[in-house]
Amino acid sequence: MNATIARLTWRSLLGRRRAILLMVLPAILLVLAVVFRLAQGSDAEPAAFLLSSFGVAFLVPLLGLIAGTGSIGPEIDDGSIVYVLAKPLSRYSIVLTKLVVAAIVLAGFSALPILIAGFIMAGGDSNVAVGFAAGSLVAGFAYSALFLLLAVITRNAVVVGLLYALVWESAVGSFVPGAQSLSIQKWGMAITEKIIGTRAEDLQATSPVALTTAVILLVVVTVGATAYAGYRLRSIRLTSDE
Amino acid sequence: MTADSPATIRLDGVSRWYGNVVAVNDVTMEIKAGVTGLLGPNGAGKSTLIHLMSGFLSPSSGTVTLGGEPTWHNEQIYRQIGLVPEREAMYDGVTGWDFVLYNAQLQRLKDPKEAAKTAIATVEMGDAAGREISTYSKGMKQRIKMATALVHNPGVLLLDEPFNGMDPRQRMQLMDLLHELGRQGRVVLFSSHILEEVEQIAGSIEVMVAGRHAASGDFREIRRLMTERPHQYTIRSSDDRALAAALIADGSTSGVELLSDMLNVQATDYARFAHQLPAFAKAHGVRLFEVAPADESLEKVFSYLVAR
Repeated sequence: MNATIARLTWRSLLGRRRAILLMVLPAILLVLAVVFRLAQGSDAEPAAFLLSSFGVAFLVPLLGLIAGTGSIGPEIDDGSIVYVLAKPLSRYSIVLTKLVVAAIVLAGFSALPILIAGFIMAGGDSNVAVGFAAGSLVAGFAYSALFLLLAVITRNAVVVGLLYALVWESAVGSFVPGAQSLSIQKWGMAITEKIIGTRAEDLQATSPVALTTAVILLVVVTVGATAYAGYRLRSIRLTSDE
Repeated sequence: MTADSPATIRLDGVSRWYGNVVAVNDVTMEIKAGVTGLLGPNGAGKSTLIHLMSGFLSPSSGTVTLGGEPTWHNEQIYRQIGLVPEREAMYDGVTGWDFVLYNAQLQRLKDPKEAAKTAIATVEMGDAAGREISTYSKGMKQRIKMATALVHNPGVLLLDEPFNGMDPRQRMQLMDLLHELGRQGRVVLFSSHILEEVEQIAGSIEVMVAGRHAASGDFREIRRLMTERPHQYTIRSSDDRALAAALIADGSTSGVELLSDMLNVQATDYARFAHQLPAFAKAHGVRLFEVAPADESLEKVFSYLVAR
């Protein structure tokens, strides 16, 4: 971990335009939560529906894409990363620092609003708020690592990330059972399911992936993507005007 | 500010290609202490060479070393190297002071604030250091980039087109600074496509043309080669035919072509031709309206050096 890189990444991630982008979806979630609460009172079912369909399936991967790619992609695109790379620093520590910053930002803009929205709609009922927040938190780490890796290895990271998050996880994952096993969203849901416990099935907060498998896959993807991003960063080619 | 003991950069049979495109072709050179100009037209491979030297590119063949250590996949070389990249992008919303300070911190210096202060003073950016970089002129950005390269007092400086966008005063100031850094015994390599820039500050010169190492050594020697090459001129005068007859009779030219409204002259002895032309014109009562070099583009000069 490097404090200066963390500071630079933090500034770049929370720069004016990106900060607005990061705030829009959580704000919509919180507004919807208030509306649900006012319309239906405190109820775990609509809470689980909203947190699952909007929070876990949409907000977390999308913000993960913004935070993960945004933590390093713009620097690679405009070449300013050369000022970090031309230093006697391990490329792995650069990637790890950026991942931690991206994950913290993601926790603040996705897991925390999900927790608050869950409490607004369901209070402490069935651990819905905590369950979805915890699932989002760990999924957020994996999304950040995966999208950070994409930003290192391809200039089309946002497009590839969108294809994964929206087409693979949401569309393909809904119809093809095998695809659900290769979905960060479903791995996160396994943790949510465990925390919610017996009512998970009623609330449709279940995952097709077993908890142990989900945890192993989350760790493998997070650690593997981070290590590979560090490895690729060692050989990254900086374009020049020539 | 004095340099840590500088190491020599050595390229040995280095080629670099991208698919079928050869960017650098079998280059062998050694960059030692002092100021060296890396000269060549745009697209000659200068930036590729600097990327190879600074460890941002692997050679497709050959070796690049700094003080005997390979530069590729070797982060420790950045303790010795200060790099000024050609691209302008820096970090948004950061002041010049913060940017130089961050670079000092990333180098893990003992006293990053003092190092940043010294580097900013060296490039004379003290007054503007508190402003955001986005408000800087191109010349100011170049100077702040220079400060980031100097902040850890490196023995080796690799500068990619450092004079780009500078006004004449900033240019002079940077030239003085590079002179001083070279005099301190640092290895200073800067790329340029402008002959006069290199001529004014570089003790030695490496010329690149189309990815090939075209010439190397003392600037005066290369200048002599350039000067002694056959020069082509177009001349407009009050009597082109009389002037053509006088010029072809003289040993300084190897060919004269009489066109409808001008002469094309190939001078083999540049110094004699330059001296004799006005004398011939005067002796034959010819008025010279225009004497212009026809082949002074850098590409042609460089191509001549390659052919040597």
